[in-house]
Amino acid sequence: MPPVPVPAPAGPGRARAPRPGRALSSWLYRHARVRLGLLLSAPLLWLVVAYLGALALLLVSSLWTVDTFTGDIVRHPSLDNFRAIAGTPVYRTVALRSVAVAAAVTVIDALIALPMAFYLAKVAAPRWRGWLVIAVLTPLWASYLVKAYAWRVMLANGGPLDDLFGGPGHGPGYGLTATVIVLSYLWLPYMILPIYAGLERLSDSLLEASADLGARAFRTWRSVVLPMIVPSVFAGSIFTFSLSLGDYITVQIVGGKTQLIGNLVYANIGAAGNLPLSAALATIPVLVMVVYLVAVRRLGALEQL
Amino acid sequence: MGTYRRVMAVAAAGVLALAGCGGSGTGGGSAPGTGVKPPKVDRLAAIGAGEGEVDIVSWAGYVENGTDDPKVDWVTPFTRATGCKVNNKVGGTSDEMVTLMKTGDYDLVSASGDATLRLIYGGNVAPVNTDLVPNYADIQSFLKLKGWNSVDGVPYGIPHGWGANLLMWRTDKVTPAPTSWGVVFEANSPYKGRITAYDSPIYLADAALYLMKTKPDLKITNPYALDDTQFQAAVDLLKAQNKNIGEYWSDYTKEVQAFKAGNSVVGTTWQVITNTIGTDAPVQAILPSEGATGWSDTWMVAAKAKHPNCAYKWLDWIVSPEVNAQVAEYFGEAPANARACDHTADKAFCGTYHAAEAGYAAKIWYWTTPTAQCLDGRTGVTCKDYAAWTKAWTEIKG
Amino acid sequence: MTVSPLTRWLLRLAMAAGLAVIYVPLALVLVNSFNADRTFAWPPPRWTTGWWVRAWDSTGAREALWTSVKAGLGATAVALVLGTMVAFAVQRYRFFGREAVSLLVVLPIALPGIVTGIALDSAFRTVAEPLGVGKGLLSVVVGHATFCVVVVYNNVVARLRRLGGNLAEASADLGASPVQTFRYVTFPLLRSALFAGALLAFALSFDEVIVTTFTAGPGVRTLPLWIFENLFRPNQAPVINVVAAVLILASVIPIYLAQRVSAGSGGGRI
Repeated sequence: MPPVPVPAPAGPGRARAPRPGRALSSWLYRHARVRLGLLLSAPLLWLVVAYLGALALLLVSSLWTVDTFTGDIVRHPSLDNFRAIAGTPVYRTVALRSVAVAAAVTVIDALIALPMAFYLAKVAAPRWRGWLVIAVLTPLWASYLVKAYAWRVMLANGGPLDDLFGGPGHGPGYGLTATVIVLSYLWLPYMILPIYAGLERLSDSLLEASADLGARAFRTWRSVVLPMIVPSVFAGSIFTFSLSLGDYITVQIVGGKTQLIGNLVYANIGAAGNLPLSAALATIPVLVMVVYLVAVRRLGALEQL
Repeated sequence: MGTYRRVMAVAAAGVLALAGCGGSGTGGGSAPGTGVKPPKVDRLAAIGAGEGEVDIVSWAGYVENGTDDPKVDWVTPFTRATGCKVNNKVGGTSDEMVTLMKTGDYDLVSASGDATLRLIYGGNVAPVNTDLVPNYADIQSFLKLKGWNSVDGVPYGIPHGWGANLLMWRTDKVTPAPTSWGVVFEANSPYKGRITAYDSPIYLADAALYLMKTKPDLKITNPYALDDTQFQAAVDLLKAQNKNIGEYWSDYTKEVQAFKAGNSVVGTTWQVITNTIGTDAPVQAILPSEGATGWSDTWMVAAKAKHPNCAYKWLDWIVSPEVNAQVAEYFGEAPANARACDHTADKAFCGTYHAAEAGYAAKIWYWTTPTAQCLDGRTGVTCKDYAAWTKAWTEIKG
Repeated sequence: MTVSPLTRWLLRLAMAAGLAVIYVPLALVLVNSFNADRTFAWPPPRWTTGWWVRAWDSTGAREALWTSVKAGLGATAVALVLGTMVAFAVQRYRFFGREAVSLLVVLPIALPGIVTGIALDSAFRTVAEPLGVGKGLLSVVVGHATFCVVVVYNNVVARLRRLGGNLAEASADLGASPVQTFRYVTFPLLRSALFAGALLAFALSFDEVIVTTFTAGPGVRTLPLWIFENLFRPNQAPVINVVAAVLILASVIPIYLAQRVSAGSGGGRI
């Protein structure tokens, strides 16, 4: 570490005006609030004004409607869009389907990630651990689209997955099952990472103490390890849940005729040019995620991200 | 907590206040035939020097620069001749194209009949100065100044070509060879899970066309003019069809891949898709006995085009006899330029596509935007407009 | 750590199976980049290296790659600055709304990308465009930076929590100004956390497609957008496999570096 320069002590008769920079930093040191304000100003400006402002604008536009012939926006506030959403069964079905898919993906990923992360953190030899972590993380850099398309090829009629299940047409094909499988595959590293980090922080001595007290591996796992990594699991679930909830691309690639809430939002803003309805539909996943975030915050998941 | 609640209340009030301001209603018109005129937009007076580039929204296959097939390229010669670089954005459906044109980022669009009037009445496109497009003189007369590309005798675009939505099937998987749309609409289909259809609300017209011929008591005279009963019948037919559908398609190469792999074995198609599959898989496409919906495409110039000179140069280029023939043969449609028939590689091409037959062209039900005012002239009833079609489409897909 | 041999073997099996599942599609991508059939008939009827040659010549791919790198670097730089500032504010101070701030930072990545995308898109259209600032690379950087802030923030907060305030206080006791303390004491200790955060932020930005679709201007094409456009085109899809294969192989380097850096400083998190 480079040596810290120490200024010469100012003794009597050596009264010296402090350098301007030094004066400023001393003043700042005494005024903590100003320092805090400076630190927070730029990020808050960005996040509150730009991001929250954009979200607020979206919420406002959900109260507008669209002229049915020309497609121009009619800026007359009304709850028409929300009434339409609440009144039409298909929107409810799609929203519930999307939440179910997101939940299924989260559960599947958690189940697969737990043993893998545990192996990485606790069982793997330190010599191999680094390489194994690299092996798990490398797929993050392979394009998401390419991975989804590779699955489309694998799920195609007569492709490898059909062969696995006994011939053309026997595999899952394109549809809801395929969507869940592919989404679970895509988000798996995002679930492994926080659990691995959480397990790394788990001290070995706790596990040894549990063994000393006579617990077998499964009991240790259930009573010592699991409660301590629950926040990490929920941290990973934030990623898998939100990424699955809003996804519309994977559904288009392997989902066959399935519609999820992301597709409805995308279809209404792109193809149908109906931003207000799109915005109204978009409030559904936003609400779900905000509720989820508030719930997992209490479990301490946000610190484990 | 008290401060928090107060802050939230103020924020909510602010949101409501914002929603209210901005005035109510905008410009733009409403359905044609109600006496409303399209917004006044100026047309180009004269072509100046090229701007160096042009941004185009088009159907897949209309703006080819050799990257799909090295032998298929009419963009590179254009750039060489005019110095205008072409930036192309492919639209999968007419709705996408309307939305893209509304952004104002594009100069040209190849719009089908269900997009043209929306663009005209929305003030998104300008009238075309046909004096600046020498090749316009050779366009087939039955395509000029039609209801979908002109208003009150003012032309809003240059016709490009027209064609039908055909029925395609895998000859090794679908037997006997179908002759009617019934094969995709029958309830207990042996091809369940392998049927495909075009992913756009306009597909409702195909269902209406089928009902027009098979359920005459519904008295459908125009598949784009549907009153409540007729509309409900079409929606019910498509909801029943949805159970047998494997995939809907709007990306044409996705359909190519699906047919090659065998994930789809029968469904709606464009000729270009059948041509692209070629010999890679055994397929055939026909115009079924009930007739078909189709599209008649028009090149339109954006109202506030950033590169109007290059845009007009493109207009003249794309409907010139040689290029129009190239596009028509690649895509599989009837060319709009009468002289293009002399330049097709296949000399029987124009005959196969009935390019010069006004009578045949009149039999196709071209994509048109449905409006509340019935397009078949009925006055006592209101028909379903496109917003209702869009809403129903979401419900059909489920 | 006493784990029974049976459990060890089961875990080893789970790990191997997991890695196999992860890599089979990637292996398929690699194999198909040599598949002569344009629509990836399986098993490959003929082999060819033509696609690799095509990819090398493809100017579209190269331009898209360069655009992605520029966007990624921009977003990472902004995220580093903003993320560190917020981390310091939240970790070192107590103030009203502290919990709200930490929730706010997570929000961009927790909300579905399509919501962030359409929100930023309509905001740009309504607010920025009338002022003359059109959508372009800048809007992409803005969009990416917004959700990259959280990954830098998390790493820095975790590191600050571990460091505590003692070292900074000691430095002040010895007469260093706050700037000197930051430069000579805090920053060297933060460096590896910043590096790990920057790497993950770059990775997130590099592969982002949904927010980018909505915030990119007409001429701006990042690599994911280019891939999306060409994914289904018969003559381009094999080229995309080549691009993806190159990305996978090339990505081992930064991940390896990140592992070395975080392992060296006593277990950070990538």
